[in-house]
Amino acid sequence: MEAAPLLEVENLSVDVFGERGVGRAVDGISFTVRRGEALGLIGESGSGKSLTCLTVMRLNPSPSTRVAGGMLRLDGNDLLRLGEDEMRSYRGRRIAMVLQDPMAALNPVFRIGDQIGEALALHRGLRGAGQEKVALELLGRLRVPDPARTLRSFPHQLSGGMRQRVVSAIALAGQPELLIADEPTTALDVTVQAAYLGLLRQLQRESSLAVLFVTHDLGAIARVCDRVAVMYGGRIVEVADVGTVFRAPSHPYTQALLRSMPDVTRRSDRLDPIPGQPPSVFARKQGCPFAPRCGEAMPRCVEEMPPERSAGPGQVVRCWARGAA
Amino acid sequence: MLPMIASRALQALLTLLLTSVVVFVLARTSGNPVDLVLPPEATAAERRIFIERNGLDRPLPVQYAVFLGGVVQGDFGMSIRTRQPAVDLVLERLPRTLILATAGLFIALVISVPIGVLAAARRAGFWDRFGQGFALLGQSVPAFWLGIVLILVFSVHLQWLPSSGTGGWRNYVLPAIVLGWSISAGVVRLLRSSMLEVLGTEFIKLARAKGLTERRVIWKHALWNALIPVITFIGFMYGVIIASAVVVEVVFGWPGLGYLAYESTLWRDFPVLQCAVLAYTAVIVTINLLVDICYGLIDPRVRA
Repeated sequence: MEAAPLLEVENLSVDVFGERGVGRAVDGISFTVRRGEALGLIGESGSGKSLTCLTVMRLNPSPSTRVAGGMLRLDGNDLLRLGEDEMRSYRGRRIAMVLQDPMAALNPVFRIGDQIGEALALHRGLRGAGQEKVALELLGRLRVPDPARTLRSFPHQLSGGMRQRVVSAIALAGQPELLIADEPTTALDVTVQAAYLGLLRQLQRESSLAVLFVTHDLGAIARVCDRVAVMYGGRIVEVADVGTVFRAPSHPYTQALLRSMPDVTRRSDRLDPIPGQPPSVFARKQGCPFAPRCGEAMPRCVEEMPPERSAGPGQVVRCWARGAA
Repeated sequence: MLPMIASRALQALLTLLLTSVVVFVLARTSGNPVDLVLPPEATAAERRIFIERNGLDRPLPVQYAVFLGGVVQGDFGMSIRTRQPAVDLVLERLPRTLILATAGLFIALVISVPIGVLAAARRAGFWDRFGQGFALLGQSVPAFWLGIVLILVFSVHLQWLPSSGTGGWRNYVLPAIVLGWSISAGVVRLLRSSMLEVLGTEFIKLARAKGLTERRVIWKHALWNALIPVITFIGFMYGVIIASAVVVEVVFGWPGLGYLAYESTLWRDFPVLQCAVLAYTAVIVTINLLVDICYGLIDPRVRA
């Protein structure tokens, strides 16, 4: 039984304007996040994941980036057609965001209590004692030790892991339906990462929150997500259930990504890096973006982008060498 | 906070001591009060009496020691020209200059903070261009010239505001505008670049992702952070305001400390000049201390 789609991204393209001209950083991607589901979006730096997240919030930098086409629907509402005020009423209340660097994501001159309280006042109309009570509850749910003291602290007085929990508490303050987590653990220590990911998964299950989890770390995907979308060079090349991706990856890029992962259970002490460099946003794309680095590339690959094909139940792949039309 | 204030107070005393030496020596290398105060037909005996009475015949280090001994007891000497205690003359004038300087600073902030913020928030828009033009004018038009032009326009032609003297609030308007003018350009430029930097940070992205209005993001989350360097600048520029006040007070005939310092330099009235310069130093040192305290109030990272 599949839950109803909450976020539908259809054929979304985003252009980036730089000194070297215009580049299509996000190139016709489509994916769905269902209610209560955690979808992982994995890819290398520069593959367009973060820009995709910001675009869903309609916070992509302007005028340096612009949506070139496609649709973004939340619960059936076309986000790209909303006016700025309407879109703002979605932010924090229906879609919330956790940013990559918790050291930089909190305002250094305001107390934690003010920063959480601001979101509670805005989205739930809470003030005074009621606001403090809910703020304490939120920090408690995120297992922040000594919530009362944390509320009185300034960001620089907290550790990285605690700050990321505070940022998450701010995100959850508006009781959103969709949480976008843009590499929330990249800046954290490994042990802190594991604790945070476990907590995120638990919160997601408890409140049947839909999560769009962006990362370049397959291990994090395995801990948190139900399904995975693999992004390369601004395109989504494969979508599948987490189990399928690890057991039977289809796209040559997904397979290479798995081989390049350190694995303590494997005898071999050698990693298998992917040769070559990811493509520049400004290089004109024709055909499959992975073709120049792909061992299985055929002449057709550099000429024409393959369409979506089914590679198994719930597994969609875009590769000429895979799947059935 | 308290140890910081104590160490700053000690530094302040040292600064005052050094300033007293410098002004003492510099004033005496600039000329001799004898010819200026006494009439040309004064006899040699009269001249000798004047020199002895003011202690000008003694070696410089001895004169300085006598001066310092007096200062410790609150005695800054008698004005050579008017025979009044120098400290009374200075204390009578000081508040007028402080009020004028503060009014100038207030006007500068009221004008330049909104321009700086809007220039950064609407980058490359109308306010940004306006701010750049404003900053360019502010940096290239000298205070004395602006003062004279304002007097011509508002006092002579329109007759809206008085050109000189003290009295009601109307007397403050023109000199305070001229004083504020000298630092507004700097505040606009600094605040614009500081705001642009802050607007690119992650916590501004998060503030927007929270669903806050753009107004709140800019005027609360960004401005409080962007003000930190501006406060340092203002502390630093308060000295410039006080210094420009000398020119402005002369142009507007404002009987403040600047005018007194100007006159006592012309007359080589050493005790008054020394007292005035030390008063200036004390004001600037105090302002810097206040800036450090303000710093701690805005930026919690400094408080620790």
